[in-house]
Amino acid sequence: MKKILELLERNACLTPEQIAVMLGRDPDAVREQIKSFEKENVIVGYKTIVNWEKTENEPVTAMIELRVTPQRGEGFDEVAKRIYQYEEVSSVYLMSGGYDLAVMLEGKSMKEVAMFVAEKLAPMEQVISTATHFVLKKYKIDGNIVNDKLEDTREVISL
Amino acid sequence: MNYETLVSERASSIPPSGIRKFFDIVSEMKDAISLGVGEPDFVTPWHIRSEAIYSLERGRTYYTSNAGLMELRRELALYMERRIDVSYDPAKEILITVGGSEAIDLCIRALVNPGDEVLVPEPSFVCYKPCAVLAGAVPVPLVTKNEDKFKLTKEALLAAITPKTKLLVLPYPNNPTGGVMTRGDLEEIAQVLREKNIFVLSDEIYGELTYGMEHTSIASLPGMRERTIIVNGFSKSYAMTGWRLGWAAAPKEIMQLMVKIHQYAIMCAPTASQYAAIEAVKNGDEDIARMREQYDYRRKIIVDSFNKMGLSCFEPEGAFYVFPSIQSTGYSSEAFAETLLKKEKIAVVPGTAFGESGEGFVRCSYAYSLENINEALERIDRFVNGKGV
Repeated sequence: MKKILELLERNACLTPEQIAVMLGRDPDAVREQIKSFEKENVIVGYKTIVNWEKTENEPVTAMIELRVTPQRGEGFDEVAKRIYQYEEVSSVYLMSGGYDLAVMLEGKSMKEVAMFVAEKLAPMEQVISTATHFVLKKYKIDGNIVNDKLEDTREVISL
Repeated sequence: MNYETLVSERASSIPPSGIRKFFDIVSEMKDAISLGVGEPDFVTPWHIRSEAIYSLERGRTYYTSNAGLMELRRELALYMERRIDVSYDPAKEILITVGGSEAIDLCIRALVNPGDEVLVPEPSFVCYKPCAVLAGAVPVPLVTKNEDKFKLTKEALLAAITPKTKLLVLPYPNNPTGGVMTRGDLEEIAQVLREKNIFVLSDEIYGELTYGMEHTSIASLPGMRERTIIVNGFSKSYAMTGWRLGWAAAPKEIMQLMVKIHQYAIMCAPTASQYAAIEAVKNGDEDIARMREQYDYRRKIIVDSFNKMGLSCFEPEGAFYVFPSIQSTGYSSEAFAETLLKKEKIAVVPGTAFGESGEGFVRCSYAYSLENINEALERIDRFVNGKGV
């Protein structure tokens, strides 16, 4: 079970048939398992990792540190929910340490992102403070090294 | 000058490697996909590389002792106890070599006299025979068969032994077949050897790459340590081919001879590589497990595909090669490889590169990314079954 998830987490393009061969399992059983993972939200979604820097429309990414006041009975969940429903928000994490919520934002320009923070996040009554950090360069995304595509440089040798 | 009459007859008599010959053609073909290379596609794990860099920063740029860094030999002694349950004295019974290859050469040179016979299972790695010939010995092939999963059988061994037999090469897990010898298989061989004065060169370079079973060293069987020379290295298990580092472990009476040859021919193995190797053997078990898992996935995909396309392929249990039979296509090994290369630009190695008994087979390495393997398999299928085009 865990192996199916590990394989898909590395490469979502693997077919149930391929996974079945790799794990020595029955294809139908693997297909069923994946379906039930999807149903139970163990598999939350499938994504392609895009290096937008290589395209003409590179979006601006920012990480916003939010300090917020937890609410009685709800903790941080209620405020997190209010935030993650915005389309501009790509990830929200509850953090330990110097601040509470890490919010990843995407926008067309720095101004757009800054305005979103100023107009949508900062005014929320539970939000005590915000700190906006723009991403300047992505070296590694979700386990994938971005620019350093390793060529096969192995030479011809007798063995 | 007429060089032919002047140079060494022995050196002239050994043929160039069949793999090399074939891949000279491949290297000229730019868009060919290769399943030919016999080395890991992984880069050496960073924590290992960084130890070598650190050793250079500290100025560790001198020779080491002839036998290699004591710390590395101690770690290897612990490693062998842990993995194959055999004890060696790091001071007198372990030698750090320039790859497993040097250890093979040293072992053969330390043991054979002119005319001695060296038994070499076939198909197998290409170096044993030439090394034996260069040492003045006579290599004797022991043919292993597909139906035996390319294991060495007691019968084949018994049939080949003569009063001149000095050494048995035991290259398992095997390149190119992927065959392994289980404890039970080894016990049968050991039974034959215990009663005779025959040494074993146990080439365990692929020992960490077995699937669904643990590697057993013949040295761990009762009465075998005294007649076994273990050859191993960092290349395959830790993806450290370019570091050129291996080791040998043997009873001290044999080891002192090997060290003598090594000190005159090589002096010592590269120092930076030895520092990297300490880190590898101390903290590399997880790297091995991670890479082995990836190889295992690819192995299953490639075996499944070959069998589905009608090229019967026994499931190899070690190394990173599959050895499918191509007899059903009507081609010889070499013709198959050449035609496949011309028509579909896929490079595989003809089985005959590993001895005559490799006829009817080709070797495919799965030390390649899954994308690469899948693309290659599609093209081989198209070639064999005429689909597509």
